[in-house]
Amino acid sequence: MTSTVAAPQLPAELSLDVAQATTDEASLRRFLRGLPGVDAVGLELRAATLATRSIKRASKVHAIDTAISMIDLTTLEGADTPGRVRALCAKARQPDRERPDTPQVAAVCVYPDLAAQAVQLLRGTGIHVAAVATAFPSGRSSREIKLADTELAVAAGASEVDMVIDRAAFLTGSYGRVFDEIVAVKAACGTGENRAHLKVILETGELGSYDDVRRASWLALLAGADMIKTSTGKISPAATLPVAHVMLQALRDWYRRTGEYRGVKAAGGIRTTKEAIRFLVAVHEVAGEQWLTPDLFRFGASSLLGDLLLQRRTQLEGHYASPDQIGDL
Amino acid sequence: MAAWEYAPAPESAATGRLQPSYRMFLGGEFVDGSGEPLKTLNPATEEVLAEVSTANPSDIDDAVAAARNAYEQVWGPMPGVERAKYLFRIARMMAERSRELAVLETLDNGKPIRESRDTDIPLAGAHFFYHAGWADKLGYAGYGPDPKPLGVVGSVIPWNFPLLMAAWKIAPALAAGNTIVLKPAETTPLTALVLAEICQQAGLPPGVVNVLPGAGDVGAALVGHPGLDKVAFTGSTDVGKQIQRTLAGTGRGLTLELGGKAANIVYDDAALDQAVEGVVNGIFFNQGHVCCAGSRLLVQESVAEELIELLQARISTLRIGDPLDKNTDVGAINSRAQLEKITELTAAGETEGATRWTSPCPVPQRGLFFPPTLFTGVEQSMRIAREEIFGPVLSVLTFRTPDEAVAKANDTRYGLSAGIWTEKGSRMLWTAQRLRAGVVWENTFNRFDPTAPFGGYKESGFGREGGRAGLEAYLAH
Repeated sequence: MTSTVAAPQLPAELSLDVAQATTDEASLRRFLRGLPGVDAVGLELRAATLATRSIKRASKVHAIDTAISMIDLTTLEGADTPGRVRALCAKARQPDRERPDTPQVAAVCVYPDLAAQAVQLLRGTGIHVAAVATAFPSGRSSREIKLADTELAVAAGASEVDMVIDRAAFLTGSYGRVFDEIVAVKAACGTGENRAHLKVILETGELGSYDDVRRASWLALLAGADMIKTSTGKISPAATLPVAHVMLQALRDWYRRTGEYRGVKAAGGIRTTKEAIRFLVAVHEVAGEQWLTPDLFRFGASSLLGDLLLQRRTQLEGHYASPDQIGDL
Repeated sequence: MAAWEYAPAPESAATGRLQPSYRMFLGGEFVDGSGEPLKTLNPATEEVLAEVSTANPSDIDDAVAAARNAYEQVWGPMPGVERAKYLFRIARMMAERSRELAVLETLDNGKPIRESRDTDIPLAGAHFFYHAGWADKLGYAGYGPDPKPLGVVGSVIPWNFPLLMAAWKIAPALAAGNTIVLKPAETTPLTALVLAEICQQAGLPPGVVNVLPGAGDVGAALVGHPGLDKVAFTGSTDVGKQIQRTLAGTGRGLTLELGGKAANIVYDDAALDQAVEGVVNGIFFNQGHVCCAGSRLLVQESVAEELIELLQARISTLRIGDPLDKNTDVGAINSRAQLEKITELTAAGETEGATRWTSPCPVPQRGLFFPPTLFTGVEQSMRIAREEIFGPVLSVLTFRTPDEAVAKANDTRYGLSAGIWTEKGSRMLWTAQRLRAGVVWENTFNRFDPTAPFGGYKESGFGREGGRAGLEAYLAH
């Protein structure tokens, strides 16, 4: 490939086919095209069947707390203001004021220009600041602009960067271009202990087939993504269960072949506790319980937190709480 | 973070409205049978669920006479459009009582509530809806302009899908204008008797449906009864052969749906994750108590290692336990006799040199359970590759070429079903054309629909159930 940036260091115990997949454009193409296909009917049937799991009582409380701790509390609007970010950060620190035992969320997710403020507000809390970058959400700009966008986020102190892949390049089969871009953005995230974690948004709603979701997942993993993320939240459908299954299978297979854990972020369209628990069940049973940690699974959401808090109170207090008691951001 | 355990989520057993005793349904009334009452057990606990009256030969005479009378006086002459109304009504009442039926089925059979709730009961209702639609359109089914019913049908059904098998027999028989005497399996008589109650409440004329519980002797007496015009049997191949001998030369109609040893063929270009799901569903659905179960996995050698690794990981996530728990994937083995048969055949697998792997999932201490089991290194000559185990046991064989896959798949005395997994359409069709099996599933398994004919080749029986083809067995033409 053409990139002048060094390809990511791959784990030592890598199986041969993965090790050779990134040697040149043709190998990459051969590898991605050689992945097993996905049968849509079977996949959707499995996802629907697994969604019938009945999670009650203690296991539900555990699931709610786990889900809260996995949230990237997100605001990505043109109308975002410093005031909005302040409210978001306050909510992230203490999701339910009347119940201080409620876990904190994993991160807040904002546009790069608001990252510095969020970093300042969340200093010392352990809550990460994620910034979207690379001409989010469309990804339609030059490589220079995308890298500058990333550098802006990192300079502001963001510890996580959510980038979008170049869907146009992917859909025209220019896998090398997508790969190089991810590698370059990863390099812009810094090095060593303090480097920002990279989440690569596949925007699965624009990919059109589960086969392509699988290819894009592997492409991002090969290029060094710490997490692969379903969607920007700006396109419908966003995070669906079948898509999450395919991405979780990619993580499972990546681990089988490399011994290394990578993560998934399901973003967009998940608004209720019931839906969130279905995703956790999928993580639990498709990838494995090792992935049930905020390091390896995230929800990108804004309104989901409110419903989780309501349901949490319902479970602990034995009756339904009013949304007024929880409040919006 | 602490491990996430799913809390028990049991469906309430009270929903099943279990009665202490059940009586047989004869001539539109629930009556005491003259046979020795039987006790039906909950296989998950081996506790007695209920006492059920059984038939003796005079009850069978009475039931056949009641069915004959109903056929000649009411049901046979009734216009199809009127018969359809009864069938629609029964279907709707089954839907209304679906939760009750699902719980009762799970209590009596041991299958997971998820399956009885999402598969057995909805499909049983669907069979009535589907055949209700045929009742006034039989002239367009392709069996002549005015096909006639046969008369009185005698039917014996197995314990693996108690209500669904009852629906498979009763719905087409009634739609075509026949009346029926049905014997449910001795270990699972309850839901068929609730279906009888539904028939009664639907106002079905007395004698059109009769349900006579009992053991094999009642079944033998029923199918040999000279007052029948047709016999429909689902069960083991051995019993099927006996019935065929009994009926030879009598001129009575016969359809048999018997055993199977289906091959699930996975080519190296298959969608592997979905193939794994299909293989798991093919053999562990209903604890493998499925005549069309995909009990032989034929996998192409180039992907065998990866597929088996994925398969073992997936099987390890199956949850075995309380059948009433909504999260249970694998329930209880229906009877101690069946559990012993499975145990015996799996021991033979080890003795003959196959490698046994057992799911590490916890297995309940009480009740009749058998953990999901997989054998690798299986050869065609071994008993576990030839005999129907009828349990959660998968035998894995490998092949190198499509020709070898087809040869191995067909190397069985059975021919009920088969599965093919490939992303290549031409290979799919090439294989399907060469498989000698009544049902061939492509990139799926164990999918049932009332519109799709089901039935076997070779020692898996003859005749079809479901679809237009299934009507043929119940019509004179």
